[in-house]
Formats: sequence, C-alpha cells, structure tokens
Amino acid sequence: MPKLTLKDLQKKREEVKKSVILREGGDYKAKVTVHMGTCGIAAGARKIMDSLLAEVEKFDARDVLVTTSGCAGLCSREPMATVELVGKAPVKYVDLDAEKMKKIFEEHVQGGNIVTEYALAYGSEKTSY
Amino acid sequence: MEDLSLHILDIAENSIAADADMIEIHLIEEIKKDRLFLEIKDNGRGMDQETAKKAVNPFYTTRTTRRFGFGIPFLAESAKAADGDFSIVSKENVGTKITATFKHSHMDRKPIGNIGETLTTLVMGNPEVDILFIHKMNSYNFTFDTRKIKNKLKETPINSPEGIKLLREDLKRYKSHI
Repeated sequence: MPKLTLKDLQKKREEVKKSVILREGGDYKAKVTVHMGTCGIAAGARKIMDSLLAEVEKFDARDVLVTTSGCAGLCSREPMATVELVGKAPVKYVDLDAEKMKKIFEEHVQGGNIVTEYALAYGSEKTSY
Repeated sequence: MEDLSLHILDIAENSIAADADMIEIHLIEEIKKDRLFLEIKDNGRGMDQETAKKAVNPFYTTRTTRRFGFGIPFLAESAKAADGDFSIVSKENVGTKITATFKHSHMDRKPIGNIGETLTTLVMGNPEVDILFIHKMNSYNFTFDTRKIKNKLKETPINSPEGIKLLREDLKRYKSHI
C-alpha cells in the first residue's frame, strides 16, 4: 500500500468536512449547490453562481456554504441548484435564472421558506381510489 | 458553449472531478501568427491512452447519470470550426493536459468571454483547489494565482465574504477584452 502523505490526509479531511458540513451547532446553516456539468454550464449555471455569490456578499452570509457539483442527469431542466438547510431535506430548483436564484436565496436560504414555484416537484400526484 | 471562458470552466470541472488540486490555464494570443492557444493542465488522476482517445467521442463518458459526455468534444469542435487543433495528453496518476488552438481572426473563432466569472465560479465552488491562470497577448501579461490570494487571506477561507471581495478586487486587474 502506498504511503499516506500529509497532502492525502488534508484531502481526506476536506472530503469528510464537505460531507458533514451541515450539522446542528456547526459553522453552516445552509448549503447551496449549483450544478456545474457541461449541460448546466451551457444553460447558464455560471450566471446563477455569480448571482448567488453576490447575495452572499450582500448579506455577509458567513453561514451559507456555496458549492458546485456535476450533472445530475436532468439536463433539460438546467440550470439547477440544490438548497439544503440544517436538519431539512434538500430541495432541487430547476430552470433557474439570476433573478430566481436571488429570490430563492432571500426566501429559502435566509428565510427558511421553500420557493415552491421554482422547485422541481411540489405536492403529491392525483390518486384515484 | 457560447465562448471560450465557458469551455474553460467546463474542462476545469473535469479536472476537479479527477481530483486535481492544481489547475493551470494558459491563454495565449499570438496576433502575428494569427493564432490563439489555450491549454488546461491538471494534476488529477489522469487517464490511460486508450481512455484519453475515447474522451473525444461524445458517446463516451465515465458518468452514470447519463450516457453522453459532451465537454471535451464540444471544445474539440470549437477548435476545428476555427481552423484550429485539439489535443489531449494524459498520464495515469500524473494528470491531463488539454490543448486547443484557433485561428485568431477566424469568423467562427469563439470570443474569449467572461474569464472573471469563470475563475470566480471555479474558486468559490472548489476552495481547496489552486488555480493559476495566465493570459498573454503581445506585451500584455495577466497572472491570476489563488495561492497568492490565499496567502493574503491567511486563516480566512477563500470562500468567505472577505475572500469573495478580495478575489473580485484581484480580478479587476484583468482587462478581459483587449
């Protein structure tokens, strides 16, 4: 087995940190992931990221972690972003633009209220019984 | 992709997916030779020759979420459309180097685009990765290096509000369209 270097350990630390970043009493209360695959980029994900970072700067939001991910397999609904608050289920937002991202940041990330009209799915299907 | 800065973002995302922690981007405009040269080099896990060859094929991908991988073929197409060339050199456990050249004055040569936004997105989404970006054109020489910014910030993370501010300040030195 190859020797583990300090660099390897630091990398591991970052990896683990990323996966346990949202915790009660932790540094962050929210994580926003912008999907940055080829499909996302071509659809305008970079603008979403820029709008999001401008919001973080504007509100001096130290407790919000902004990150990027790859393709989620729903390319036709890009640009997409996922918002996760501590102790809550993640919510996927689709067909975004800079203005929508701003609204999601202010209402969901800051206010805790899901912006249902931009979310991928909302409510249950009609069932016949 | 609308412009080269989006291609750069896309290819660099591949590097990040390959666990690189250092990405070098060189953009060189050789006006006299009427050539634009783009190189993206990482220290990620790399690929064997066979896989590197396949990467140019849009119907090859390592991803399981969909059956296509368009990032590399898109850049290769963009280069070819502008009378240029594309190459990919990779070595397992060493890294990958992607080179694209374009005829600078070609009608179909994509504009450079918003490099600042690409760099900001890369850095903020992947604060642990270091990025070196160099743009040269005649006597103009712009170097952006996250290691320098991190040194200035000391203990403060680069993805904090202070980090974003310093990064934006640093990128003001860049004249994107010359």
